[in-house]
This record gives sequence, C-alpha cells and structure tokens, in this order.
Amino acid sequence: MPLKSPFLLLLLSLQLFICFAFAQSTTGSSEGYTIYGRVRIPSNFGTKDYIVPGKVSNVKVILNGGQRVTFLRPDGYFSFHNVPAGTHLIEVSALGYFFSPVRVDVSARNPGKIQAALTESRRGLTEFVLEPLKDEQYYEVREPFSIMSIVKSPMGLMVGFMLIVVFLMPKLMENMDPEEMRRAQEEMRNQGVPSLASMLPGAARSN
Amino acid sequence: MAIRVFHFILLFLSFTNLTYSLYEDQVGLMDWHQKYIGKVKHAVFHTQKTGRKRVLVSTEENVVASLDLRHGEIFWRHVLGTNDVIDGLDIALGKYVITLSSDGSILRAWNLPDGQMVWESSLPGSKASKSILNIPKNLKADKDDLILVYSKGSLNAVSGVDGEVLWKKDFADESIEVSHIIQSSDVIYVAGFVGSSKIHVYGLNAKSGELLDKNHAALPSGTFGELLSVSGDTFVVLDEMRSKIVIIHLKNGEISYNQKHISDLTEDIAGQAVILPSRLPGMFALNINSYVLLIKVTNQGELVLVDKVNNGAAVSDSLSISEDEHAFAFVHYGDNKIHLSVKNVNDWNHDLLKESIVIEHQRGKIDKIFVNNYVRTDRSHGFRALMVMEDHSLLLVQQGEIVWSREDGLASVVDVTTSELPVQKEGVSVAKVEQNLFEWLKGHMLKLKGTLMIASPDDLAAIQALRLRSSEKSKMTRDHNGFRKLLIVLTRAGKVFALHTGDGRVVWSILLPSLRKSEACENPVGLHIYQWQVPHHHALDENPSVLVVGRCGPSLSAPTVLSFIDAYTGMELKSLSPAHTAAQVIPLPHTDSTEQRLHLIIDDNQHAYLYPRTPEAIDILKHEFSNVYWYSVDADNGVIRGHALKSNCVQEAVDEYCFDFRDLWSVVFPSESEKIIATMTRKPNEVVHTQAKVMTDYDVMYKYISKNLLFVANAAPKAAGEIGTVIPEEAWLVIYILDTVTGRILHRMTHNGCQGPVHAVFSENWVVYHYFNLRAHRYEMSVVEIYDQSRADNKDVWRFVLGKHNLTSPISSYSRPEVIAKSQSYFFTHSVKAIEVTSTAKGITSKQLLIGTIGDQVLALDKRFLDPRRTVNPSQAEKEDGIIPLTDSLPIIPQSYITHALKVEGLRGIVTVPAKLESTSLVFVYGVDLFFTQIAPSRTYDSLTEDFSYALLLLTIVALVAAIFVTWVLSERKDLQDKWR
Repeated sequence: MPLKSPFLLLLLSLQLFICFAFAQSTTGSSEGYTIYGRVRIPSNFGTKDYIVPGKVSNVKVILNGGQRVTFLRPDGYFSFHNVPAGTHLIEVSALGYFFSPVRVDVSARNPGKIQAALTESRRGLTEFVLEPLKDEQYYEVREPFSIMSIVKSPMGLMVGFMLIVVFLMPKLMENMDPEEMRRAQEEMRNQGVPSLASMLPGAARSN
Repeated sequence: MAIRVFHFILLFLSFTNLTYSLYEDQVGLMDWHQKYIGKVKHAVFHTQKTGRKRVLVSTEENVVASLDLRHGEIFWRHVLGTNDVIDGLDIALGKYVITLSSDGSILRAWNLPDGQMVWESSLPGSKASKSILNIPKNLKADKDDLILVYSKGSLNAVSGVDGEVLWKKDFADESIEVSHIIQSSDVIYVAGFVGSSKIHVYGLNAKSGELLDKNHAALPSGTFGELLSVSGDTFVVLDEMRSKIVIIHLKNGEISYNQKHISDLTEDIAGQAVILPSRLPGMFALNINSYVLLIKVTNQGELVLVDKVNNGAAVSDSLSISEDEHAFAFVHYGDNKIHLSVKNVNDWNHDLLKESIVIEHQRGKIDKIFVNNYVRTDRSHGFRALMVMEDHSLLLVQQGEIVWSREDGLASVVDVTTSELPVQKEGVSVAKVEQNLFEWLKGHMLKLKGTLMIASPDDLAAIQALRLRSSEKSKMTRDHNGFRKLLIVLTRAGKVFALHTGDGRVVWSILLPSLRKSEACENPVGLHIYQWQVPHHHALDENPSVLVVGRCGPSLSAPTVLSFIDAYTGMELKSLSPAHTAAQVIPLPHTDSTEQRLHLIIDDNQHAYLYPRTPEAIDILKHEFSNVYWYSVDADNGVIRGHALKSNCVQEAVDEYCFDFRDLWSVVFPSESEKIIATMTRKPNEVVHTQAKVMTDYDVMYKYISKNLLFVANAAPKAAGEIGTVIPEEAWLVIYILDTVTGRILHRMTHNGCQGPVHAVFSENWVVYHYFNLRAHRYEMSVVEIYDQSRADNKDVWRFVLGKHNLTSPISSYSRPEVIAKSQSYFFTHSVKAIEVTSTAKGITSKQLLIGTIGDQVLALDKRFLDPRRTVNPSQAEKEDGIIPLTDSLPIIPQSYITHALKVEGLRGIVTVPAKLESTSLVFVYGVDLFFTQIAPSRTYDSLTEDFSYALLLLTIVALVAAIFVTWVLSERKDLQDKWR
C-alpha cells in the first residue's frame, strides 16, 4: 500500500484548478461553435501562484476521446473550433496531474450556449472553477532508514529469535525448580519427544 | 491450522499488492523506453548564430519535432491527433515554427526553442482542396508581412505575430484548383488550373485581399501532375501524354506559354516522365525510367539539358548560400555506394561537394534529401545532408560520414511477435560475465549501504550505475527466468526488427525484399507476423523462424507475399508470392516434425491454402480435417459466419494444398438496429490453470473455458460514429458471446444509452470491455464471466464415489452445456486506446488488466476490481476471500501506472508475453514510442527481488555463527564453574 509520509501528503495537498471560460462562437458559421477553455495548475495550495502550463509538461486537451487534440497557449487557454451542437467530452492529459473529464453541452436551440460539468464529481462549472483534484505520484516513496525496519526484516527476526533463545532460555531454566525440571524431562523422555531443553548443551548438562 | 495461517499470509500479501508500484531508483532496471518521431515528411534547418544547431521536422506520424543536429536527439516533440495530418511546416519571424494541419484547417505556431504553442488559428472552409503554406523568407515582426495559407478553397492572410486572420478571399465558387501563390510586395498572384488545361491567375491586393485582376489562358492540351515553380514567375508542367514540357510565364498577371518535346532534349531516353517536386531556382529535375534529367530554364524560356544522371535517387530543394548563389544536392547510386553531390545552380561544372558514402544495405534507397550548409573556420562552405531512407530511418551525413542515424521506422510498428534466444552453449564461459568475488561483495556492500540509507551521494550514483549496467539482462542467451527474449516487430516500411528485451537494442533488422516497392508490387503493406517454427522438443538444432504476411496494396484482392525469416540471424530463409490472396491467416494448433506450425491462408475466393507445403503437413491436416473451424466477420453486412474444411479444391490446376470450405452457420444481425463495431477472442496460446473457482461458501463454480468463444459488440447504426453525435435515446450497445464452432449465442446483453468505441479483452472465461455511457456521460467498463452449469453437479461427493460424474467426458462445443453469465459494470475515468491482460506461463498468477489510456500511459488494474461478485457490503468471509467492496467507479492509483512517469506517445497496442517464471509477465507497448517492462501481478512470490540484499543475509549468518560460538564458549565456562562448585 502507498505509505503516506508527510512529504507525500504535502504533495497531495498540491491542488489544481481547471478554469473554463466558455464563449460562444463569434464567427456565426452554421457548421459549428467554438469552445474556449483554460487550464490552470496551481503551484501550491493556498497561494494564488499558478505554474505556466506550458512549463509543466506536454499538456494535451482531447475532445471526444481522441477525435481532436489541441495544445495549450502560454497563458493556458485552448480552443476547439467548429464543434457541432451536442454533448461532448473534454479530457486533459498532463503527466503528473489527475484531471476529471468534462462534459460540455453545446446547445443547438440556443445557439452558442455552452454548459460544462465535471463527470467525476458531477458538478457544474458555473463559476468555471473546479474543485481541486489531485496530482499523481508515480513512484513509491522510500521509507527512511529506521532500526525497526531492520528488526522487522526476516534476517532481523532470525537474529532476534536466536538472541531470545540464547539469553532468555538459560535464565528460564535456572529459575525452574530442579526437581520439577527432572520430572518434566522424564515425562518427555517417556513420550519420546525431543525437547528443546535437551538440545541446549548448557541446560542439558546443568542437571 | 497451518493451511489457515498460510491462507492468511497469502491474503495479507494479496491485499498489500493491489498496486503495481515502483521506486524512483528502479526506473530503467527492468524497463526501457525509446522515443521516435516517424518517417520525416518535411525538414527545415534552423541555424542560429548562437550555435544551437537544430532541424525541425514533421513526420507521417503527425509529429512536429526539433532535433539536435549533432546527435539526432529530440529537443522537443509534439504528437498531434491521429487525424491532424501535417501538410506544411516552416519557420516564421525567425522564432516560430508554423505548422499547417488537418487539410489546411488548423494553423499553429510553436516557439522555436522550447516547443511551446504560441497561437492557433482555425481556417474554416467548405471545399476540400490542396493546402499551401507560403511564408515569405524575410518576414519580420511586422503586421504587414503575412503568412499566406490556401486551404479549403480560400486564401487566408494570417498575421505571424498572433495568428489573426487579416483577410480572406474565397475561391470556393470558382472551380479553380490553386497550386501556387506568388508573392510580391503589393500584389499576390494566385495561379491554378481549372480542369486540366485552363490556367487561371488572380491578382490580389496584398494589404486587403481585394481582387485586382483576373486572367486565364487555355493550354493546347491537358496536363499531367503538378505545376512546378522554377523561378518567381516561371512554371513547368508536363502535358497529358507526358512527352512534352510546358513552360508557363506569368508576367504581372499575363500568361504566356511555350512547350518542348522531351525527345528534343535527349534522344536516347524514352519513357514516362515525372517532374520531381524539388524547388530549384531556374531549374527542374525530370525523372524518366531510372534517369534523372536536370534541365535549366533560361531567361528566354528555353530549356537546356544540363546533366543526366543514371540511378538518380533524390534531389533536394535549393539552398541559398550567399546573396545570389544557390546550391542543391542530389544523390545517385553506383558501385554499392551512394554518391552525394552538392552543386551550384548557376555554375554547373563546379562541384561544391562530392562525396561517396556507404550506407547499410538494409536501409534501402534514399527517399528524400534535405541539405543545409555551415561555414567552416576557413570561411568556405560545408554541407550536411539529412536523408530519409526507404526504411523510414533518418541519417545525417557530413564530410562523407554518417554522423548519426535514427531508426524512426520503429515509430510505425504494425505487428509484434516474440522469439526465444539461443540456449547458452558449452563453449561460452559464464565466469567471464560474473565479476570476481571481491567485486561482487563490494557491489552488495554498496547495496546494503543503500538499504540502510547511509550511502553518500557518490555511493548512490555508483549503486544506480551498477544496477543499470548489469550485463546479465542484455546477454544474447536464454535465461532460466525467461526474461530475455527477442521482440520481433514488423514496421510499416516493411522492415523487420529484432529488439532485445533486456535493453531494447536492435539485434538485427531486415528490409524485406518482398515488401519493397517494385514493378510487380506497387504499394506493399506488411500485415502480420507469426511464429512459424518454435523448436523446443524436436529439431532443437534448428533456429526459430517467423512468417511475415504482406499484401501488394490495401485492397483484399491484392496479391499476397509471404516471407520466412530466421529469428536468430535475421536472414530471409525464403519468400513466396503465391497466386492466391490472403484475406485471413489462421495458425492451426498443430506442428509438423520440425516444429513448423501449420497455417491456413484463406483467400477472397472461398479457398483455404495450407502452409507449409509439405506432404507431412497434408497428412497432419487430413488427420485433423474435421476439427478445423474458423469464423469470419463481415462488419459491413453485419454477418458472422462459421466455416469448416470441405474437400480439395475443384479447379483446373490440381493443387493438393488448396481446400474448399463450407459455411457451417451464420449469425445475421439486424442491420437497421445493430452494426458490428468490435470483436474479440481469446489468445490462442493462453494457459488456464484451473477450471474450478471456489466461492466464498466453499461452493465450486466451473469456468466455461472454450477456445472458441467470440465477443461481439454491436452499436446502434446512428451511434456507430464518435461521441457527441447522438443523444442517449438513439444509442444502444448490444454485446454477444458466441461459440464459433456452432454459432450458438451463449450470452446477449443490451446497454441502453451507450455507444462505442468498444475496446475489449477476452481471457479464460471472462471478457472485459470499455465503452461510453451517454446518460452518465462517462466511460464504463463491464465484465462478463461465464460459468458452466452442467458441471456444477460434480460437487456432489457421492457422484464421485458412484462414478456418475462427468468430469472425464470430453468438452465439445456441440454438447450444448448450460452456461450462466454474471456481469457487473463500473465507471472508468479515462478514454482508452487499448486493453490487454497479463499472461503468465502457467496461468496461476492472478491477472491484471493493462489499460492504455488516452494520455498515452498504461494502467495496471487488478482483475479483482472487475469481479461480478463484488457487493457494496461484502461479508467477513467474502472479505477474507479478497472481494473488494463495490464502488461505482474503478480506482486509478497513480503508482499502478506501469509506464510510471513516461508517456508512450501515440500508443496503439499492448502485447503481453509470459516469462518462464510464473509470477512475471513481459509487457511491450508500442506507438510512436516503444516501452517494455516486466510486471508481476502478484509480486515476485517465486523469486527474490532485485532489491534482495545478499550482504545482509551474509552478515546475519556470520552474526549467528559468531553468536553460537560465543554462547558455546560461555556455556562451557559456566559448566566448568558449576562442576567446580
């Protein structure tokens, strides 16, 4: 399971906004409308700083599962031209960030009226601002070194068990009543079960 | 009890590995990633004075890229959408790269240094036409200078600064096919043909696009091919008989022409002439047969033959080297070498450069050449040439040597298969590979330091280098775990490459002669690659071989070409061009005594042909004659047919390897309501470990495992197109599971309000498919599992005792077993490009789905997330059984992307191959990029991980031995004391 170190949590708290500013087609051509939008990736939670999207990585904006692909301008804006009326799907592919696909309704009756909603959270984009989704960490974070990790490893357990046997067992033996011990050993010998005590050289010879 | 404990441990293990995960320092240990761009269509050199030398290219894979001229590395790269074909590429304002794509409807400007998109313009239009991008060479950052684009029947003047369309002149109403734009300071002339013999010229005001004048002239005959510009106002074109050259002058909008017979220029060459599309000032190149004629057009409009080159290959565009000097390069073949000459256009007798280069034979001919100059230290001109080869590779030649080469043919992989490597021979010493003990211990001590996190940065670097260098993984022999294999890939250029799975290097490559363009085969296409011979039991001394099936042209009726290649050496063993066509190739589950697999090739005339053509193969087939079944899908008519062999062919020429076949059954889908959009079967070589599946209540379900199952997805005809074109009420998706021997429909299900594209994967007794739900406007994935009810009675112990079970009864498709199907659906966030499932050697390891997402990443998703038994509140027993509580959508865990922080740009396919080690599956992902990795869906439970610290183990053992001695000594002493007491 992914282990959440404070560092990772900090990274997860990194949020991002997609900002869609939809405008209707100004060309008024009969075949389609234009969808304008904007992608914004904040650099940190709480601050108003945004990373210039072009610098983040190769961000692509994809319409209807690959029908059209466009890229971001330096200010994060993108556009799709000649989009027919209907309900469309816009996906953003940016390495390191998780974007929810966006449902975009281009109205035919009400020319140029465009509505958008996140499909993951089913929230409308009236204010054109999305709730922060998450960024993606593709690697596990290595645990820093601790004594416990050594102890917990198979080798550590082996050594630990040996130490217990070597140092604690004789002590236990010593505390036992010699009479009782002899009786117990007799019993065991009768049953023919090899006992741990008889295998220990010190304990076996001590009686 | 022990079993219980073991169960719990297993459970614990399985819960911890729901994700495939990787530490950052493990990148590159088991995976490799190669970036490509595809076959270069156009190249523009950019030589900045600052010293950063780059070339900009656009390719057939719709890639715009900036390459380093010194090493051929990619500075930046953008992969455009699949239908966003790039038509034009140029540099504007000295800082932007302009691309014209999508039939001239999208104009984009990219920043030259970093590839950031600066602006994008849409140029709408109604008429489909050729698109022309015209950028004046001295374009400054001034609104007055324009980028002229002719596309979709209109001429657009676009500002280079911000992409604003300044004016637009529509030619859609005129029936002119514009082929040239001539720009002068005030007037823009647009020239083109109406029909094939009338030439029209329009003069436009450069500032406003106003029509100033209009002129036309009729040529005496029709024309062939494109109009080629020779100088600013002179054009040449061939007449329709291809025997005369027509020279056209457009002086200030006035048209005049004269023509000349090719035979007047040269007597000894006759044939079909073609004007090569190289732009040379005052000259043009004409290709007749294998000759290239270089013809100069004098100022008086006369033609002078300047040179005649035999075996000419390619001619570059001209390059201006100083004020009025222009140079161009051409190459021709001779004595197994390629001769490159760079000549001055005006001074013909003097060569600026003459070089001979030896280029690997496997690269084929030169397809295109782009030339660029640089100023040497002694102020003379040096030239470098960028060559695009027949195998789509890219070479840079400078000073008679190949400076670098890129295997860009690998950007267009068509099909993939694998081959084992040779067994390690006696003579090869293993000791050479292993380092000495000290080195080995040192390496492990370093690793130990790494795990204890006490390593210094230098040590860390040394560890990383040690791990990446590991010579073990790139050896050319078979290994015990089966990790080392050869990936044999067929590319669109007709070249076959063998890639080593260890490091991705090219072991051998061959440009198949049968898939090269020739008189007999105009447009050869490689279709599939199959394993032809896999020697393991018998015939071990023979090398494995692969079969490549190709076709001359895209249509089904084009003749077939078959090629057999040795998988170790890359030699073509033999090639056949049979008389029949190849509509379908069926590898049969039978091999002959030399382990050659039998294949049936079905042609389009209802015949089946057997390969290999040996009497032994006939015998084997005769024996299995009634057991050979196959099916064909006719998506256009909505019919799926099942076939079986009938008899030898009845035709004049007796061919005992030819068989007639009969239709056994057909399933006809109602064309008014359903259209086939996807079909999927199980992989023929898939191994299933157990048929039984134990349910939570210790009940047993029997998986219905048949090799003859076919998944079919049908969409409503209206909804067969793309998303965004239909409303949910008009869309539905019907899925079927068919038996391909009997045509019986085992399961049918309708998803209302859903549409394609459907991507499916079929494995064991389940199928998983991905589609779009229009009502929720989200993608969905569904799973269908099929269970055999007729075997359910076998659970009864008494039946076993009494021998009444039917476990030993043969499984037959004709037995009509009672099956039940269970299914469940989930939302999935992303669009999908490909789905595959992991495959392991014995089929014991749990499965993972590999999903190639629209973001060109590959997500590994555990099959347990797609389990019809999932419920919202699983009981304790179900939880112990590993059933995950039901959620409405499938989780996307970033750590389970097997491509981690990489993208496989233009992803097209995923191939999984089992390793010999049961826990591990090899994954090869191809697109414009290539990616390979090993994955272990249930972790590597059968081997120590690469991380395993032997040093720690040694230390522990030493510590234990020491402890034993110490305690022994102590106890001896204590004993002695006791005795003295």
